[in-house]
Amino acid sequence: MARLTINGEARDFDVDPETPLLWVIREQAGLTGTKFGCGIAQCGACTVHIDGIATRSCAMPINAIAPEQKIVTIEGLSPDGSHPVQKAWLALDVPQCGYCQPGMIMAAAGLLQQNPNPNDEDISAEITNICRCGTYNRVRAAIKEAAKGGSTQAG
Amino acid sequence: MTIATKVSRRNFIVGSAAAVGGFSLGFHIPFTPEALAQGATIPEVNAWVVIKPDETVVIRIARSEMGQGTLTGLAQLVAEELECDWSKVTTEYPSPGQNLARNRVWGNYSTGGSRGIRESHDYVRQGGAAAREMLVAAAAAEWKVPRSECSVSKGVITHNPSKRTTTYGKVAEAAAKQTPPGNIALKDPKNWTIAGKPLPRLDTADKLTGKQVYGADLKFPGMLNAAVRACPHFGGKVASFDAAAVSGMPGVKKIVKIDDTTVAVIADTWWRAKTALDALPVTWDEGPNKDVSTASIAEMLKAGLDANDAFVSTKVGDVQAQFSGGGKVVTATYAFPYQNHATMEPMNATALYTPDRCEVWVPTQNGESSLAVAAEAAGLPVQKCDVHKVHLGGGFGRRGNFQDYVRQAVLLAKEVPGTHVKLLWTREEDMLHGAYHPTTQCKMTGALDAQGNLTALHMRISGQSILATVRPEGMQGGMDPVVFQGLTASSPEGHLGYTIPNLVIDHAMRNPPIPPGFWRGVNLNQNAIYVESFMDELAHAAGVDPLEFRRKLMAKHPKHLAVLNAVAEGVGWDKAPPQGVHRGLAQIMGFGSYVAAAAEVSVTDGRLKIHRIVAATDPGHMVNPAQIERQVEGSFVYGLSASLYGECTVKNGRIEQENFDTYDVLRMAEMPAVETIILPSGGFWGGVGEPTIAVAAPAVLNALFAATGKRIRTLPLKNHDLA
Repeated sequence: MARLTINGEARDFDVDPETPLLWVIREQAGLTGTKFGCGIAQCGACTVHIDGIATRSCAMPINAIAPEQKIVTIEGLSPDGSHPVQKAWLALDVPQCGYCQPGMIMAAAGLLQQNPNPNDEDISAEITNICRCGTYNRVRAAIKEAAKGGSTQAG
Repeated sequence: MTIATKVSRRNFIVGSAAAVGGFSLGFHIPFTPEALAQGATIPEVNAWVVIKPDETVVIRIARSEMGQGTLTGLAQLVAEELECDWSKVTTEYPSPGQNLARNRVWGNYSTGGSRGIRESHDYVRQGGAAAREMLVAAAAAEWKVPRSECSVSKGVITHNPSKRTTTYGKVAEAAAKQTPPGNIALKDPKNWTIAGKPLPRLDTADKLTGKQVYGADLKFPGMLNAAVRACPHFGGKVASFDAAAVSGMPGVKKIVKIDDTTVAVIADTWWRAKTALDALPVTWDEGPNKDVSTASIAEMLKAGLDANDAFVSTKVGDVQAQFSGGGKVVTATYAFPYQNHATMEPMNATALYTPDRCEVWVPTQNGESSLAVAAEAAGLPVQKCDVHKVHLGGGFGRRGNFQDYVRQAVLLAKEVPGTHVKLLWTREEDMLHGAYHPTTQCKMTGALDAQGNLTALHMRISGQSILATVRPEGMQGGMDPVVFQGLTASSPEGHLGYTIPNLVIDHAMRNPPIPPGFWRGVNLNQNAIYVESFMDELAHAAGVDPLEFRRKLMAKHPKHLAVLNAVAEGVGWDKAPPQGVHRGLAQIMGFGSYVAAAAEVSVTDGRLKIHRIVAATDPGHMVNPAQIERQVEGSFVYGLSASLYGECTVKNGRIEQENFDTYDVLRMAEMPAVETIILPSGGFWGGVGEPTIAVAAPAVLNALFAATGKRIRTLPLKNHDLA
């Protein structure tokens, strides 16, 4: 039994302690906004926040996470899609297929929490998620828009 | 954020950040199960349109949304003729089973070849127009006035003499009983108010919150999950496996060999299925191709470059006479490797089987193909099966013709009748069992006269045919016409933009035992690299500027020339680039559209940086310039990923790359600025999802030559030292 705090709610999960956080989030917690892309922390589709830090959940076993650590998924970033990053994403109509976008948004929100005003080099260095549709330039523009648009410290 | 949209009559220039433009129009009506249930009780006006009492307009979309924006574009075309309120529009997919039951009222479901809009624009607009006429006729009948005295705008019908009004929602039920009109004259695109506009996508909001459900996310009560492993050696099969070794592992329900090549574990959760499968001892019979390697395939193709037997697509004049006529003869040989589609969402399908019925939920580019495969795998008549389409986490050609995952899901569901089974592939399974962008080589031979004019060209393609394996009924007397994409003399799909007095284009078919498939852009990608790299080589051999060299050959191809000129002007070809920056050009026609690109690159200490790309597209008619711009930008990501990194190598008859650590793709740091110029010249309907991919690589390769003097003829670039 492992206790995890996901989107503000502490729950016990009866799973193998080696289970990656991604699969507990998707299969036990039932939150499917966090995506499976590669399973080896390469693509970033599985990005969530752990204590505010953008983390790839597909290669992180839950026994590496303490019960009190705060896990936030795309569903918990804001109650209604109103996080500045989500608003900027909507304003710029960023997604194409959208599969990588929860991970992109969580990575971007994580970046802005650490660095509220990133320059192009910061964005290039920190946002290494894969998008096969090719939304990179809009992701970049939306991060800058979110940085301009007000508080990015929430979530 | 600034919007850089400049409209000068028919010439649209969209800046790289134009997405903000239509924000005020960005209403989104979530597509809820309640809305679905409600829709089921409301009679449709016709097959394309359902209007609810609350004025919600449901537009039915037959083609699949996989990121390319076709859902929004097709809805715009229907709404344009329907004269409804765009802010009330939502969409739904009619199922392939419903399509069959209704004599294919929604036409073709296949979503590939950049055909979603260009192949259905006429009948979807007719659908919208017919619904409009039935709605207005219903209002006129209720008012007992002539139809001719009524008008409609944004879903509000007005009886002009009396100024009485009603709405689509109020008359929809009566409209359903109206006799459908015959063919209706459609609007001239120049009068469009919804189509042709850069409207925001209809499917964005749920993609920002995690609410959008993809196939991999489906959940049903009592559902089981499955992981599969197929023999990685093409042509090989399962020799043995030891189910007892893992049958006691947590959550495991069944361990099955579903066919000669594939073993699977069904468990309560996918992670447990996958964990047990990883632990399952399996030995493979490597089959007849165990000695096939990248080197052996390259040798096989190389032999085709000078072979006597070849399928001739174009033969004009006498190339040999020119090659031996004393002019300058230039030759070059190119090669393009296998690529995997690598959609972000790995292949998956969910199936429910009973002896009486089979249903499948699947992200698919062709719901009707999915249905046919499901019925065959279920062993049931197609009428007892149906497929429910869900949005795709990328398609790129992998999820159209190839429905291997649907077949597997149904076979697994048959193991547990009455229970939903969700099959999800690992990334490794996805990489090892692709439908690979085929490998080709090309030998180009050109003759230049004393004035530097190109007098003859022989283009010999050697390599794999997709159709020979995938769709043999499409072959023409043994020849695969797809191999010649962009190279034909006159096809509206894509003709060569150069007039060359002596010209041979032929194909020596060499089919290695690696399964080929349609990969976004298909053979146009390789062909553009060969033609446009070689044009650059010829220009340099002739001592002529590459733009001028091309222009001389393009006098009879004004649309090709227009997009080339547009990028040359856009990049400032007539002015010197910034210090250390070098430029390259490319143009081609494919999927019915004319495209060109100009790239600016620099190379520092052997590291390539692509600074900027100017791209131009003439798709004829333009349905949504904001979506075209996204497709153009995305095309560079796809095309540059392949040219910089993409390579599936073969050893022991299997693919060596299993995940993104060895099959890298373009990421944010390398993404150039892209400036998109749309030149919609009207009069035809071209596709936009694919053609631009083809010019990405040659524009960059030509710029790379300008920067380094190195002519890269074998991709990907990661294998070359640029220092």
